[in-house]
Amino acid sequence: MHWLAVVLALGIACCGGVSTASAQATLKGIQGRGHLICGVSQGLPGFSAPNDKGEWTGLDVDFCRALAAAIFNDTAKVTFVPLSAKDRFTALQSGDIDVLARNSTWTLSRDTALGLDFPAITFYDGQGFMVRKSLKVSSALELSGASICTQTGTTTELNAADYFHAHNMTYEMVAFATNDEAIKTYDTGENGRCDAFTTDIAGLYAERLKLANPADHVVLPEVISKEPLGPAVRHGDDQWTDIVRWTHFAMVSAEELGVSSATVDAMLKSPNPEVRRLLGTEGNAGEQLGLTKDWVVRIVKQVGNYGEVFERNVGKDSRLGVARGQNALWTKGGLQYAPPIR
Amino acid sequence: MTRETGHVPERRIRLSRAALRTLAPQALLVAAVALVGWSLIDTARHNLADQHIASGFGFLQQTAGFDVSQSLIAYSRSDTYGRVFLVGLANTLLISALGILLATVIGFAVGIARLSPSWVLARLAGAYVEITRNLPLLFQILFWYLLMLGVLPGPRQSLEGPLGLFLNNRGLILPQPVAGAGLEWVAAAAGGAVLAAILVGRWARARQARSGRSFPAGRVALLLMLGAPLAAFLLLGQPLALAPAELRGFNFIGGIRLVPEFVAVVAGLSFYTAGFIAEIVRAGIQAVDRGQAEAAASLGLRPGRTLQLVVIPQAMRVIVPPLTSQFLNVVKNSSLAMAVGFPDLVAVFAGTTLNQTGQAIEIIAMTMAVYLAISLLTALVMNLYNRRFQPVGR
Repeated sequence: MHWLAVVLALGIACCGGVSTASAQATLKGIQGRGHLICGVSQGLPGFSAPNDKGEWTGLDVDFCRALAAAIFNDTAKVTFVPLSAKDRFTALQSGDIDVLARNSTWTLSRDTALGLDFPAITFYDGQGFMVRKSLKVSSALELSGASICTQTGTTTELNAADYFHAHNMTYEMVAFATNDEAIKTYDTGENGRCDAFTTDIAGLYAERLKLANPADHVVLPEVISKEPLGPAVRHGDDQWTDIVRWTHFAMVSAEELGVSSATVDAMLKSPNPEVRRLLGTEGNAGEQLGLTKDWVVRIVKQVGNYGEVFERNVGKDSRLGVARGQNALWTKGGLQYAPPIR
Repeated sequence: MTRETGHVPERRIRLSRAALRTLAPQALLVAAVALVGWSLIDTARHNLADQHIASGFGFLQQTAGFDVSQSLIAYSRSDTYGRVFLVGLANTLLISALGILLATVIGFAVGIARLSPSWVLARLAGAYVEITRNLPLLFQILFWYLLMLGVLPGPRQSLEGPLGLFLNNRGLILPQPVAGAGLEWVAAAAGGAVLAAILVGRWARARQARSGRSFPAGRVALLLMLGAPLAAFLLLGQPLALAPAELRGFNFIGGIRLVPEFVAVVAGLSFYTAGFIAEIVRAGIQAVDRGQAEAAASLGLRPGRTLQLVVIPQAMRVIVPPLTSQFLNVVKNSSLAMAVGFPDLVAVFAGTTLNQTGQAIEIIAMTMAVYLAISLLTALVMNLYNRRFQPVGR
């Protein structure tokens, strides 16, 4: 795995990824190439994982498909690049991918020192723990002395260190290069190498599906961190950042205004000025972004609004069954809120 | 190239035209390489600045904020990334050194066993070699790891050995030795015995050179080195206690724990490399002409002395150079530790630290420099050792 990092590092060193002259040209580059290159996970059900037909599916995957719909009017024009947690930011920095939609947490140091921008939060998550039911543990505060499996190169290790330190508890962190290795080790043997497995809570539900007996494991109630997950882009190309940001906002606005893949055609005739501006029958919001007037029509028709994407991939229509919770619209007590499109 | 170039007169200070003609292209080449290197560094710096990516080595002073499961040196989450580098380096050195040591011991034993007159022993050794060196190392490490996790019970059902030894899927737990009063005298006795053994050895060699009579110096030295500390230990009332670990909550508290990741990596590295070393040893011994042993026997040397004085010194000349490259392989292969979550340099520094700071170029360069330095140092030591076995010119 680390050789990939070497190659990517050399990529930054010699060829410079994207130089200043072309910093505004991500969209042009994508249009010239004819497809979008999107960095995703190596397989996290619900967010980005290949299905039984070998097609990528998930919340993050659908976000990239929405971008492709907005740019090309064709959700198939995306190339997905699976990346480990360790290599993902280097791949973005070096210009190997256009956007990273890989359940990545927005933090200050990633925003600044890594030279990235996080235009939107597509999923509000928090870190939690999963344990065997046979341990009879009902709270993370009872985990003192436990061995905990996780994936290296994530904010997870830092949050766990903070949490256990703050509560004066000891623990042993066993960190693996990939989530698959970590969950496999947690699941090996009768009692396992680790007492607990930790990652973001939606991830816990997703990884639990991979266990031999998912019903023998329980997610503890404590949420020990804030994990705002969203797409990341390179710092410095404001046009591209805007497109990524407003693609998410358009999907949230569509849900708020009742525009879904089923209703979008009928809504084109809507007299509501907000709907008209969203769908481009009034104003030129899409053109201001460097896209077409009907960009939201393309997104919603081919991918759906935020609510549809959520329920299909992680919500009640999926095997994960995550509740909307913080990811409900602001009008329904959640945190998903889009600034006005006008 | 002209013919004169080969005939530069020696000890002439002023450069002749011919010398200049050969030197000029070389100097140009050096300059070109330096220029390319410099432009790479300069471009990287500019590109990083343009992309607002942090660069430089300042991150080594920043707080790391994460924990490491196993560390030889004191480490906590509030230490710096520089400290993380040292923790990873110490772990890499530990598994490399142990891997080299065990691989050498097993390799020599198996290599000699392959030449054994016993048909069964020779075939068993042969099978060992073919299995270990023909399976990928990563697979072998995972095999040991998953075997341990799959077979061993959890901490609450630990296998219990004598002296407070516990074995479970969290590792092998040894009791913590606790020093009592007078332990320093036992250490002093051991030191004195080593010194005495060296003196006995010198005296024995000098006497044999003078009079031709031999003295069993090896056996006396062994007796001294084992006997003196043991006698002191018993006389002083056994000033060393073993504090066994106790099961509290999820895991054992206290004691010394060898985690399964560590055991799997060391076992994988040792058994894999031992297969290659065994073949090198066998080849080395077979390279010594039979006539050498026969000649020694005809001079009246017993088989043991023949092996020690005639066969091994000549075999080592053949063994050491390829052995060196096996040692280098152990160092480099130790980076596979990451696959089972052992916190070696690649895992904690080129992994977690890289991801958190994003300073790929600096971190990968430092990591490569470390592996290069360890490998060059190993090669240097082995080359010095190899000199001892070269024929002495007279």
